[in-house]
Amino acid sequence: MATAVSILHVVLALVLAPLLLGVINRVKAKFAGRRGQPLLQAYYDIAKLLRKGAVYSRTTTWVFRLGPIVSLAAVVASLLLLPLGAVVAVVAFPGDLLLWVYLLGLMRFVTVLAALDTGSAFEGMGASREVQFSLLAEPALLLGLVALAAWSGGLSLSQLTGTHSTGWLTGTAGAITLLVSASWLAVLLTENARIPVDDPNTHLELTMIHEVMVLDHGGVDLGLIQYAAAVKLWVFAALLAGVLLPVRTAWPLVNLAGGVAGVLAVAMGVGVIESTMARLRLLRVPQMLVAAAVLAALAVVLVLR
Amino acid sequence: MSLYVAGLIVLLVGGAAALVAGRRPLANTLGALTAVAGGLLTLVSSAATLAGGAGAQWDLMRPWAMPGGSLHLGMDELSAFFAICISLISVLAAIYGRTYLADQQGRRHLGASWLFYNVLLASMLGVVASRNALLFLVAWELMSLSSFLLVMFDDKQPGVVSAGWTYLVAAHLGTAFLLVLFLLLGSSGSLEFSDLAAGPNLAGVCFVLALIGFGTKAGLVPLHVWLPEAHPAAPSHVSAVMSGVMIKTGIYGLLRILMLLGTPAIWWGYVLIGLGAISGVLGVLFALAQHDLKRLLAYHSVENIGIIVLGLGLGVLGAATNQPAMAVLGFAGGLLHVFNHAIFKSLLFLGAGSVAHAAGTRDLESLGGLLKRMPTTGATFLIGSAAIAGLPPLNGFVSELLIYLGAFGSAAARAGVTVYGAVAVILALGLIGGLALACFAKAFGIVFLGEPRTAAAAGAHESPAAMRWPMVVLAGLCIAIGLGCPLVAEALRPTVYAVAGALGLSVESDSPANEGMALVRRVLPYISLVAGALLVMIGGAGLLRWRLLRGRAVEPGLTWDCGYAAPTPRMQYTASSFADPILKVFRRLIRQQRQVHPPEGLLPAEASLHTHAQDPFTEGGYRPAFLAVMWLSGQVRRLQGGRNQVYVLYIALALLVLLVWKLGL
Amino acid sequence: MEPWLDVIAVLLILANLRLLGTSRLSVCIQTVAAQALLLGAVPLLMHADELSARLIAIAAVYTVIKAIVLPWLLRRAARELGGTREVEPFIGLTLSLLVGMGLFGVSLFLAGPLKRAGQGHSGLLIPVALFTIMVGLLVIISRKKAITQVVGYLVMENGIYVFGVAFAVQEPLLVEMGVLLDVLAAVFVMGLTIYHISREFDHIDTDRLSTLKD
Repeated sequence: MATAVSILHVVLALVLAPLLLGVINRVKAKFAGRRGQPLLQAYYDIAKLLRKGAVYSRTTTWVFRLGPIVSLAAVVASLLLLPLGAVVAVVAFPGDLLLWVYLLGLMRFVTVLAALDTGSAFEGMGASREVQFSLLAEPALLLGLVALAAWSGGLSLSQLTGTHSTGWLTGTAGAITLLVSASWLAVLLTENARIPVDDPNTHLELTMIHEVMVLDHGGVDLGLIQYAAAVKLWVFAALLAGVLLPVRTAWPLVNLAGGVAGVLAVAMGVGVIESTMARLRLLRVPQMLVAAAVLAALAVVLVLR
Repeated sequence: MSLYVAGLIVLLVGGAAALVAGRRPLANTLGALTAVAGGLLTLVSSAATLAGGAGAQWDLMRPWAMPGGSLHLGMDELSAFFAICISLISVLAAIYGRTYLADQQGRRHLGASWLFYNVLLASMLGVVASRNALLFLVAWELMSLSSFLLVMFDDKQPGVVSAGWTYLVAAHLGTAFLLVLFLLLGSSGSLEFSDLAAGPNLAGVCFVLALIGFGTKAGLVPLHVWLPEAHPAAPSHVSAVMSGVMIKTGIYGLLRILMLLGTPAIWWGYVLIGLGAISGVLGVLFALAQHDLKRLLAYHSVENIGIIVLGLGLGVLGAATNQPAMAVLGFAGGLLHVFNHAIFKSLLFLGAGSVAHAAGTRDLESLGGLLKRMPTTGATFLIGSAAIAGLPPLNGFVSELLIYLGAFGSAAARAGVTVYGAVAVILALGLIGGLALACFAKAFGIVFLGEPRTAAAAGAHESPAAMRWPMVVLAGLCIAIGLGCPLVAEALRPTVYAVAGALGLSVESDSPANEGMALVRRVLPYISLVAGALLVMIGGAGLLRWRLLRGRAVEPGLTWDCGYAAPTPRMQYTASSFADPILKVFRRLIRQQRQVHPPEGLLPAEASLHTHAQDPFTEGGYRPAFLAVMWLSGQVRRLQGGRNQVYVLYIALALLVLLVWKLGL
Repeated sequence: MEPWLDVIAVLLILANLRLLGTSRLSVCIQTVAAQALLLGAVPLLMHADELSARLIAIAAVYTVIKAIVLPWLLRRAARELGGTREVEPFIGLTLSLLVGMGLFGVSLFLAGPLKRAGQGHSGLLIPVALFTIMVGLLVIISRKKAITQVVGYLVMENGIYVFGVAFAVQEPLLVEMGVLLDVLAAVFVMGLTIYHISREFDHIDTDRLSTLKD
């Protein structure tokens, strides 16, 4: 039963991931007083892209074609290691949290290389910013994991967010939960190229980060990339929801439903942030990430003292 | 045993024969052939020792005329492990080197070059097999001298001579510390390893001496200043051997001394972790700032030595505080990283050699687009890059995972004050990982992807098969170890147990140290599993893409470049611009000299930006006295700076010191 | 109520870090006010089961003065004196944050031996007190403007208050005296530094005072 629910989570994640983008856009539209695009717009976009042919720059090599494929495979593999609150991951073992972190690193590596393969200055610039910001996000992510590992005594993501409840928002447990969540929220926004780090809607190449890296991809490749990005957003949202949410019942299906609701809530939260915050100056982003790392470090100190 | 000694003899005789052959083409073939033969003999012999358990270990002692010395060779788990690394890399580098040097045949005295190469191999193999301090030091010096002479091979090139001398001076300084170390350890009169022991209260001194002496060879910050000079200056197959395995003899020596000293003190672990973290982070930051491909790789050796020392530090910390699981994981990770780094670093140096050979330059800003021109070199370099950045499913990830696991385990157990050491390890590894990814995205992306930035790069051609095959083998090993990591860990177990046992941990089959190994046995199959699943999914996604694109229009075009129709290769992003934002974030750790001529006027004609990353340790090393005087005079002036913030700072510092003194100790 | 004390301690730490991380003067002042507000609640939480009128009065006076009156004065001073709205630090904000984290480590280390002497309420109270004092010092040292120095002084005072509360819980009179002295000193110092310096030199950038040295 538990395994079946775990597999169900992966299936749900693969199916619902593009919906998160729809939810975020809906929230933003409501804030702006618009009707907004359909909730399923991301699905339409991806489906349309998958029906197209392709144009490849003569500069590019097989690395460019490999990029979208490997990043999709890596993010799906990371999904296999991901619990959702009390729903354990399909594959759980001590140390899976590191494999999870480094699989996302692999995704970044191939995306950056594919960008550099075009020989375009804009894409090189996006690649440079991407590695800069994600390397600064890494300490926050790892320190958060250390805090939760020390708190729960487990070495597996599923133990970190699942079977050992972190308590809920009271006392030291609450302080730790909130600190790690705040820190990881910054990581989520950075890794998924959302405001205030990057603006997915921008149309000026000089200011873009993630979008500019995939400027030369088109057709099927772009469809795969957009889908992989949606799954990545799900991955981070599920991690955050798993830490924050108190749904820890004896019924796996209820846990799953609660978790999915939590993921949608995180998406709505991202929408609210995008509607109410301005984008940070690029020079300020490292500062925000250092602050996130400091919060996570504080959580570590609280646990270990 | 006889195989090992025979290997050493083949190496030495072959080297001498190559010398006799002199400038004739025969010298090149003879030297390479004997290097390969000798290396294979020692490889087989040491592998048999490691696989055969205690029964396969051997000990060979012959008298020697030197007072206190004896020709005492021996092979245990630790020696065998390092001998395997050395032999494997040397064989592959020799195959590569023969073709690499082929175009110098007749013009240069290749016989001498091969003599030095073979002596270098023999002396490294001698270092790890010596059981007598005097013999060890002789082999150690031979190793330094032969590698010095190899570095000086291209002495017509600018910079090579000074690099060689820097190296020689550093190597000798290191040896001086080792001399004192062995004198202290051998105070009982005998210099046999089995009789060496630290006198009462001298263990700490011995540790520090060993750390400085062996750390110089290994390239630990701040003793690394010779490394980025010497390694790039040598011919590439020699760089591969020096960076891949020779610096590891420093790690071997450190481990050997630790094993002689027995149960370590806690502060040794903290010192190792601190030095490892500094070496790792600074090494990769310096690497990121380099424009020369081989220099970049050399700085990465500093970084990887840092990772290895982090592992050892965790191990020592675990041994000192009796946390066997952490110790075993630390040592296992550190040792596995020794092996892994030997593989991918020599792969990368061989790749860099091919690039330099084909394009005539190692300057990143002049390269580009080489993947189309050198497909095999490019593909293997990509695998090496991903491996050194610690990405799954390759081998670099496995060793880093083991170190991480040891540290996370300690954090999860909330095991006393050592937890903060573990957290430091995690933080350092995380930062190093992110920076290494950035650095190799830059190295591979700028050299192999995009368009060639100069005519030389555009005219590059793939290397001959004899140079490609060693790289393919090494790249294959990166993948094989990544996928077959449980088997590799099992093969490594005797060495890990030998180290842990000598450091005072009980490694009986039912002792807690086995928890660490049990964890390794439990975790690594999962890594293989997910790595396999990842490859299957990559295949699946590729198949999906192929199915979707079948029968549709796939057209070639221009890079879009935001509508600009006539981009030139010079408009591509450069290595410097790629690394610049990251270096700016870490500007307090790494100083860059910048010469900027910004475009001026309405129709700007010329503009330039030149950056040069200084190694502060080198700069400090040249003029330490001068700097000290400057600093002192600066302090005196600053003391009466007239700013009340500064006065408050003095008061605060004084208070803090008092508080720490009164409360902390 | 003990768990909530932990939460307040964490919030105090966060306030300190915010103080170090912000570039805006107004945020600095806000943060000090918020910190004082939190501090007002500490004695109440510590004696939640035996609340006395006196305790409540102390807390109220403290809160009103430090969380409302002083910030208001500071804000007015900042407005009247003009100048930029930035804090003008000597060291970068990111570095300030990292130094702050280091100071927190130091205070945890120092608090170890002190905890035995203290009352052993929330284990965090004493490290937080030390940390707050150090952050106050850091702000005084690393920021240019006179007004930020007053802010730093107030933060330091907050730290001393926490220290007093943690140690002298059974001596409310001591705390009372402390509060009153705090207030007196704060007003005095602020008046002196800001108005005096600005009258003499027409600006309140202490950095420029260094021209006096030769």
